[in-house]
Amino acid sequence: MTLETLLIVAAIIFCIGLYGALARRNFIAVLMSIELMFNGVNLTLVALGRYVAPYAVQEQLSAVFTGQVFAVFIITVAAAEIALGLGIVFAVFRSNESVDLTDAAALRH
Amino acid sequence: MWFEHLVFWALSVVAIGGALGVVLVRDLFRASLMLAMAFVAVGGLFVMMNAEFLAVVQILIYVGAIAVLFIFAVMLTRDVQQGNTPNRLQIPAAVVSALVLAAMIATAVTTDWTTLAGAGLEAKAQLAQTQAVGIPDAADLTNAGLTPAEVASVSSGGLADLLIGNFVLPFEAVSLLLLGAAIGGLALARGRGR
Repeated sequence: MTLETLLIVAAIIFCIGLYGALARRNFIAVLMSIELMFNGVNLTLVALGRYVAPYAVQEQLSAVFTGQVFAVFIITVAAAEIALGLGIVFAVFRSNESVDLTDAAALRH
Repeated sequence: MWFEHLVFWALSVVAIGGALGVVLVRDLFRASLMLAMAFVAVGGLFVMMNAEFLAVVQILIYVGAIAVLFIFAVMLTRDVQQGNTPNRLQIPAAVVSALVLAAMIATAVTTDWTTLAGAGLEAKAQLAQTQAVGIPDAADLTNAGLTPAEVASVSSGGLADLLIGNFVLPFEAVSLLLLGAAIGGLALARGRGR
C-alpha cells in the first residue's frame, strides 16, 4: 500500500463513476455514479493527508488531519445533495411517470 | 507486512468491482447493493490509512443512510429489473472517462511527492493519527519524541481541533447548507397543493 497505488485505485473508482454519470439513462443510476465519484475524491484526500507532508505540518502537527477534515465536509455535502436529488427524482417521477432522463425535457424550451 | 498487502488488494478489488457493478448491472436493486459493497470497501481502506473516525462516518452515513435511501428510491419508482440502461452517449462517455483516468494515473505516478516519510515525520504523524481517535495518552506521545506543543495539539483531539478551530467557518456554513437541504427536500417531496 503506497501513495501511488492508493491514488490509482481512487482514480479508477472516480472514472467508473464519471462513465456512469455520463452514460446512464436512469436518474437514480446517475445519482449512484455521482456518489461513486465522491468516494474516489474522499479516498484521494485521505491518502494525500496520510502520506504527503503539507507545509503547515512543520508548525502544527494536527495539520495531518486536513485531508480528513475535507473528506468530512465532502461527506456532509454528499448527504445534502442526495436528499435534494432524490426529492427531485420523486418530483420528476410524479410528473412524467418515469425517471428516464432523456424524457425529462420540461426545462429544455 | 504481506498480510497488509493482501488486505489492501482485497479491499481495492472489492471497491472497484462494486463500482463496476453499479455501472454495469442492469437490475437497479442489485446495483444499489453493489454500491453499498463499494462503500464498505472504501471504509476499510480508510481504516488502513489510520482514519478510523472517517471509516465509522463512512459506514454510518454512506451505507446506513445513502445506500438505504437509494434502495427506497429504487423500490418506489418503476423499471427496477431493466432500469439501468445506457443512453446514446455510451461510447463518447467511455472515451472521456478513459482519457481522464489516463491523465490521473500519469499525474499520480510522475509527480515527485514530498511524503511524510521523506520529511522524517512519518512515525510522529502516524502516532498522532492513531492516538487522536481514542483518548490520547500524553506520556506515550512524549515517549515517542513529540515536543510538548505537538502533544498539546494532538491531545486536544486532532481532527476536532482542526474542525472547530481552523475550519470553523466552513463548519458553520455546512450546517446552514444542511438546514437548506432539509427544507428543500421536504418542499420537493411534498409536491404542489398538498
